[in-house]
Amino acid sequence: MSYIPHTEAERQEMLAAIGIQSMEAMFDAVPAALRFPTLDLPEPQSQLEVTEIMTALAESNESAADFALFRGAGAYHHFIPPIVNHLIQRGEFLTAYTPYQPEMTQGTLQATYEYQSMMCALTGMDAANASHYDGATSLAEAVTMTRALARGRRNKVILSPNIHPQYRAVVRTYHQGGSVRIDGDDGAVERNDHQGLLALLDEDTAMLAVAYPNFFGEIEPIAAYAEAAHSVGALFVVVANPTALALLKSPGELGADIVVGDGQPLGVPLSFGGPYLGYFATKQKYVRRIAGRIIGETEDADGRLAYVMTLRPREQDIRREKATSNICTNQGLMSLAACVYLAALGKHGLRQVATLCYQKAHYAARKLQELPSYQVNQSSPFFHEFVLICPRPVREINEALIEHGIIGGYDLGKDFPEMADHMLVCCTEMNRKEEIDEFVERLAEVGA
Amino acid sequence: MVYNLPEELRYAKTDEWLRIEGDTATIGITDYAQDMLNDIVYFELPEVGEDYGPDDNFGMVESVKAASDLYAHIQGTVTAVNEQLEDEPEIVNADPYDKGWIIQMSIEDASNLDALMNAAEYAAYLETR
Amino acid sequence: MKALEPTLYDKSVPDRKGITLPELDVPLSEMDAALLRDDLALPELGELQVVRHFTRLSQLNHAIDLDLYPLGSCTMKYNPRLNEDVARLPGLAALHPLTDDEGSQGALALMFQLQDWLAELSGMTAVSLQPAAGAQGELAGILMIRAYHQQRGDTQRDIVLVPNSAHGTNPATVTMAGYRAVELPSDENGDVDLNALRAACNDQVAGMMITVPSTLGLFEAHVLEVVEAVHNCGGLMYMDGANMNALMGVVKPAELGFDVMHYNLHKTMSTPHGGGGPGSGPVAVNEKLAPFLPGPIVVVDEGADEDEEAPRYSLQMPEHSIGRLKAFHGNFGMHIRAFAYMSIYGASGLHEVSKHAVLNANYIRANLADTYLIPYPRMCAHECVISGQIRGAEEVHALDISKRLMDYGFHPPTNYFPLIVPEALMIEPTESEDKATLDRFIDAMKEIAREAREEPDLLLTAPHRMPVKRLDEVKAAKELVLCCKPALPPSAAAGN
Repeated sequence: MSYIPHTEAERQEMLAAIGIQSMEAMFDAVPAALRFPTLDLPEPQSQLEVTEIMTALAESNESAADFALFRGAGAYHHFIPPIVNHLIQRGEFLTAYTPYQPEMTQGTLQATYEYQSMMCALTGMDAANASHYDGATSLAEAVTMTRALARGRRNKVILSPNIHPQYRAVVRTYHQGGSVRIDGDDGAVERNDHQGLLALLDEDTAMLAVAYPNFFGEIEPIAAYAEAAHSVGALFVVVANPTALALLKSPGELGADIVVGDGQPLGVPLSFGGPYLGYFATKQKYVRRIAGRIIGETEDADGRLAYVMTLRPREQDIRREKATSNICTNQGLMSLAACVYLAALGKHGLRQVATLCYQKAHYAARKLQELPSYQVNQSSPFFHEFVLICPRPVREINEALIEHGIIGGYDLGKDFPEMADHMLVCCTEMNRKEEIDEFVERLAEVGA
Repeated sequence: MVYNLPEELRYAKTDEWLRIEGDTATIGITDYAQDMLNDIVYFELPEVGEDYGPDDNFGMVESVKAASDLYAHIQGTVTAVNEQLEDEPEIVNADPYDKGWIIQMSIEDASNLDALMNAAEYAAYLETR
Repeated sequence: MKALEPTLYDKSVPDRKGITLPELDVPLSEMDAALLRDDLALPELGELQVVRHFTRLSQLNHAIDLDLYPLGSCTMKYNPRLNEDVARLPGLAALHPLTDDEGSQGALALMFQLQDWLAELSGMTAVSLQPAAGAQGELAGILMIRAYHQQRGDTQRDIVLVPNSAHGTNPATVTMAGYRAVELPSDENGDVDLNALRAACNDQVAGMMITVPSTLGLFEAHVLEVVEAVHNCGGLMYMDGANMNALMGVVKPAELGFDVMHYNLHKTMSTPHGGGGPGSGPVAVNEKLAPFLPGPIVVVDEGADEDEEAPRYSLQMPEHSIGRLKAFHGNFGMHIRAFAYMSIYGASGLHEVSKHAVLNANYIRANLADTYLIPYPRMCAHECVISGQIRGAEEVHALDISKRLMDYGFHPPTNYFPLIVPEALMIEPTESEDKATLDRFIDAMKEIAREAREEPDLLLTAPHRMPVKRLDEVKAAKELVLCCKPALPPSAAAGN
């Protein structure tokens, strides 16, 4: 048996020490009629066989390893410096758990503290936690937190319809059992009706959340939203792409109270949607209401600088039914990946990544705008994603592109039936100029 | 363990004490509560002017080990908040009944006080825990 | 203050460049300066400096790869490196989550297989891999129970029963789902108090959450009666699968009568704990709850041509789904690892995993019984709970024993949980450990008990051989320094 070390002699010695004759005797408390059922599972395989099976499965997929990818929509293909994988696979990081015992987990604790620090730098906030499951659940936790801060006196939460549709869906899942009223999206206001969205703000509003850049790639007037939210005493939450924050004004500078988002672009592979990490940052004055783990600085009995999980008392293991969230894990290894990624690229490197993303997307948009049958949405400035209005359904176009080794942009018709001919195109530093040129050329052919 | 339980105060099962002076109540947490919490590190406090009912929580006390809601037990408006607790929450450990008071509230319905215990009753209640 | 390892910010040197990217290969577009930030307070280091920094930090950690990590209820078993390698195959790691179904048949086939295997292992009908962790699995389970009652118009049910030995996530989940948690006492054997349970069962009860085997590491003696009592009053039964490592091929939760359960792939199925995550918490349900599963789940397309050799898979939202729990399809990277692990073992092997996990825990229990108080002295499951109260050493607590264990090179067990055992130490060795390692641990525990009586200071000031001594947690919680100062926005930094 692959990973069980016992020899028959050891088993017998151990059974004797316990005072029983057989392994089966340890299970007498399990109802006899139901004990030791048959399992209809495959036969055991060797490591070589498993590798072969998995390789075949992997190779049957159309991945960014073999195709030119122009799709983002919440998951982004970036260059991951090799040291990220090498360092996070060190057994001391990979096979440790939550740093409950700080004396023997200073490595995880300090790395997490540094991750928190760099997320503060990007977002312009004072404090960040050790991460949530993903960007969507970070937003759901922001809803819980802003309502707790209002002590149940504000029941409305306004979500911009331009937030990722799956994020908005997760907020609804999380809060279906509670008394929160979600407004703003799902047809409440038109997608580009900023004034209509702001008109929903009132004294019952706990928070307003907008995306930066939004799901359609656009950069909206964040500061104006912040001012409007604050004028009715609501908190202002920004869902931000962390790569974009290397260039754009920080949400903190623009008036955000809480900044959340997915940290996947920071050194985490696409991996068909997970594991990613949800970052969560806020102002110092709200920090005691953050759910999840957070690391703080302290000293040991000898006065040496050290790190420890702090603000524990509000967590589920202590507050139980009074806790506002049941979260216990974070995405530890993913936040470590983000930490190594940010350290490896540093200030200069991350700016370079963001600049390349911006420039390549704008180059692609300019070329596409020149095609007579396509139209680029230019109503707002954008970062590395934009909406392309196509002459045919996006589904058909993408079927044609795949034949040329290109994974086209996201078919917005999947989430918005009225947008069946709208493609959300994304470029990153991974898209070389020739690749973009070919993408444009093939689109021209398909659209002709 | 013997706890300091001043005779003149009223006590609640959630371990707050109330000092009644005319139509004003001063509210804090008991010697037992501060002992159970151990090192208090933070108070979340209301604003002057906020209204609370007998079952409402008006704030929270936090130590390294625990976080507990604070309950008003009376209907009324917050008239004063002990601002010293913002920087020195540990004074509640040292002096829970005097320097460690938490808020003052107006008493709008004196009948709320009937549900509270006197020192002897609270001492007996502590014995059962 | 002296630091073990300076922070990235301490080591940062202005204008030092780390990894650089290719030069821009497209004509330049203008950027609107009004949108741009002035400064970006990220550190500036060279690649080797970064490698050394994190390598040094790693050496401050304890890990399964170094020695026993008997953290009860966390199942710190060996994390096979095969899993790591296959999860990084380019066709899986570089697969975009919004790839069309045609382009992701390999990934969908893997997920479908895993759903199927987890259903078989539990005896349940259907599985969703959506939940990102056990706590999300719990939330999904209770929301499904809620949706089930609501759909039947049975809307007066508003409480969920939880034993007082439960993990804190259970009552917290109940509150999150909009229900009220009612705690049940345990009897003198550590089982659910049946009389109290029967008294609590009425038409207000939406369901009950229990852990099997219990958080005391015991097979509940009358689990069938518990399930029956709750079903009789119309409630549904949730099984917290945190302790599934004791149950594989031992009993199927569905056959015990459970309606829904979650797995922790990072416990039972060996995916790495990674310093606190990622986890993965698939939920398995019976027919009653299948329409409510969180989605999307992977299904075989009905309409596909039956003559074709391979089935065609697609993602689908169950009919009355409670919705999505996260963006995309769950923690797919963890699904890959669990798939590899289950493939290695097969049916017979997974049964052996559970048997050896239980063997190792009972071996520790039997060997510590003379030295430590065992509050429930009977055969245990995959973990054993002992009390850290040592006769003749009253000033010593479970925490002191834990800290002293570090000096012997072991990670401490889970301490102060379950709450109903004073000074609890919960020891879960897992099947990965050989007898020699368990013997070293047992010897250390016995030696520590001797020290507690003869040289208690050794425990009270432990650890002595770690990079740091005990930490000032009050200072951390009071001062709340949560971020390196240079990273703070200028306004906040000025205020500090």
